Amino acid sequence: MNIIVCIKQVPDTTNVRIDPETNTLVRAGVQSIVNPFDMYAIEEGIRLKEKFGGSVTVLTMGPPQAEEALREAISLGADEAVLVSDRAFAGSDTWATSYTLSKTIQKIGKFDIILCGKQAIDGDTAQVGPGIAAFLDLPQITFVKKIEDVKGPLVRAERMTEEGYDIVESPLPCVITVVKEINEPRLPSLKGKMRAKKIEIRKLEAKDLDADPDSLGLKGSPTKVVKIFTPPPRKGGQILEGEAKDICGKLVELLKGEIC
Amino acid sequence: MSIRVINEKCVGCKLCVKTCPFGAIEIVSKKAVIDMHKCTLCGACIESCKFDAIVLAKISPTDIKFPTKFDQYKDVWVFCEQKKGVVQSVSYELLGKGRELADTLGVDLCGVLLGENIKEEAHKVIHRGANKVYIVDSSALRNYQDEPYTKVFIQLIKEYKPEIVICGATSIGRSLMARIAIGVHAGLTADCTGLDIDKKERLLLQTRPAFGGNIMATIICPNHRPQMSTVRHKVMKEAPENKHHKGKIIEKSYGAEIYSSRTQLLDVVEEIEETVNLTEANVIVSGGRGMQSPENFKLIEDLAKSLGGAVGASRAAVDSGWKTYSHQVGQTGKTVCPKIYIACGISGQIQHLVGMQSSEIIVAINKDPHAPIFTVATYGIVGDLFEVLPELTRRFKETLKR
Repeated sequence: MNIIVCIKQVPDTTNVRIDPETNTLVRAGVQSIVNPFDMYAIEEGIRLKEKFGGSVTVLTMGPPQAEEALREAISLGADEAVLVSDRAFAGSDTWATSYTLSKTIQKIGKFDIILCGKQAIDGDTAQVGPGIAAFLDLPQITFVKKIEDVKGPLVRAERMTEEGYDIVESPLPCVITVVKEINEPRLPSLKGKMRAKKIEIRKLEAKDLDADPDSLGLKGSPTKVVKIFTPPPRKGGQILEGEAKDICGKLVELLKGEIC
Repeated sequence: MSIRVINEKCVGCKLCVKTCPFGAIEIVSKKAVIDMHKCTLCGACIESCKFDAIVLAKISPTDIKFPTKFDQYKDVWVFCEQKKGVVQSVSYELLGKGRELADTLGVDLCGVLLGENIKEEAHKVIHRGANKVYIVDSSALRNYQDEPYTKVFIQLIKEYKPEIVICGATSIGRSLMARIAIGVHAGLTADCTGLDIDKKERLLLQTRPAFGGNIMATIICPNHRPQMSTVRHKVMKEAPENKHHKGKIIEKSYGAEIYSSRTQLLDVVEEIEETVNLTEANVIVSGGRGMQSPENFKLIEDLAKSLGGAVGASRAAVDSGWKTYSHQVGQTGKTVCPKIYIACGISGQIQHLVGMQSSEIIVAINKDPHAPIFTVATYGIVGDLFEVLPELTRRFKETLKR
């Protein structure tokens, strides 16, 4: 089974806090990480490979330093890595990103499953997974919390909904986006780390894709950002003090009008 | 859009360096220099600069020529998401907002309703202010499936040419709209919290949080139609019901091919816990590490029940196995904005805050007076939750007679 995992490098927010006065992110030194949801996609890809054989190729679109994210995926057990990077991609919205990734996937070759994290934690759109599926005209199962089975040309998975989950079956090849519940990602092995250092990453640019130049980057993005602002900071309010009994009484008085 | 530093104004204060979430700014010879390979044009530095030394060459709506070919696109469409034949509340919220947008533009508000035996529901959509409802009735559309829904919707767009399509940012909405946007080559803005109209250019101004709500961006889609957005639940006010409001129902049906699906829905499983549906809830009571054990979540559930609310959990509580993932609020869980959010024994890591800080009222109960959760709390209680929670439940039960 050949699996392609699409990942994104995002700024690490683990040690970030918000400056209450300026309401901006405070961070000492900027580190990048693999988007947390993509870690689950990588793990699921490796598990499928371990169960059914085949290979896992990780793919990212981003600046040259996104190579680090690919090397991390290799250290975890992915076999090959592809970086698609070009100034022409700058300013891509989800439409142009999905287009570029789908064109790259066509270059990579045969695959059975494309795995993506459900969304990236910087943009939070959840649109690129379905976007890739639409461009490649593939079936999709989004927000997957469990891949139940792969039998012959069919994959059966549990798709998380607001009320519970759907059990959905799809023919291969297809696109699957995953949520956190699907697995617990492993740590890199020593052997994996060694491999990650040495591996040659396949690098593609805009000219390597059979892509329409007008559909790339800012130019190819239907959405345009016209204004950016910081929301008014949320201020801490009132601390209720006193005995538990009195505090609770006070709080109930404050809230009862709001509850209907 | 492009970004640049005005060297005459830059004093090299490094504020922008600290603010940049992408590490794209350096100070070189006392002037800020932006590494365009790292910059994503997020604009955080512009806000941080006290000297107005960084500028974003923006596209102003007036710079954009409105192509005449869009004249044929009109009306505001709301995708009316149904489950088990019932239109979901998020759709009524969008009909409320959609009415405003349609009135500003001077066009009709239309509902799009896909399902099986749904005509009754179409009347409800009209009572909420729609002028027209497009319905497609087929057993293939009874439950949501990506492919038939996408194909039918694209067909309707091609036939009737709406100028705006809005849809709830639900698990269905996000999967469906993302596929449609590619199919009709339209721009799609995810998870909007504000929608407005630039009347002169007939542009939909779509405002959404990015970076966990630390930055807000307003997005337009000047050269493509329809303009599409998914909208966060609980942000817009539900359209009032008016049983005398009249509208037209337009029934469409299509050939078998359009209803075909490569994926098959084998089962719809509902998790029976009544306290799960976080995105719908007006009140959420959440527990974190401070709850100490899964058994203690009973206190959270009791309080939630007394308030008719849902139960949430922090990542720490979910990772400890005290609550299932469907309860998780925060960056890797759900984003919620209820009227009242009560955080119990949750310290308030940024990953949690981004999932709940747009709630109208936040109550924090924590024994550590320095817990970051207090910086966003409307009302804070520094105390022992094992004492506070039962007392609070008792009082609410008494007051609300539940």
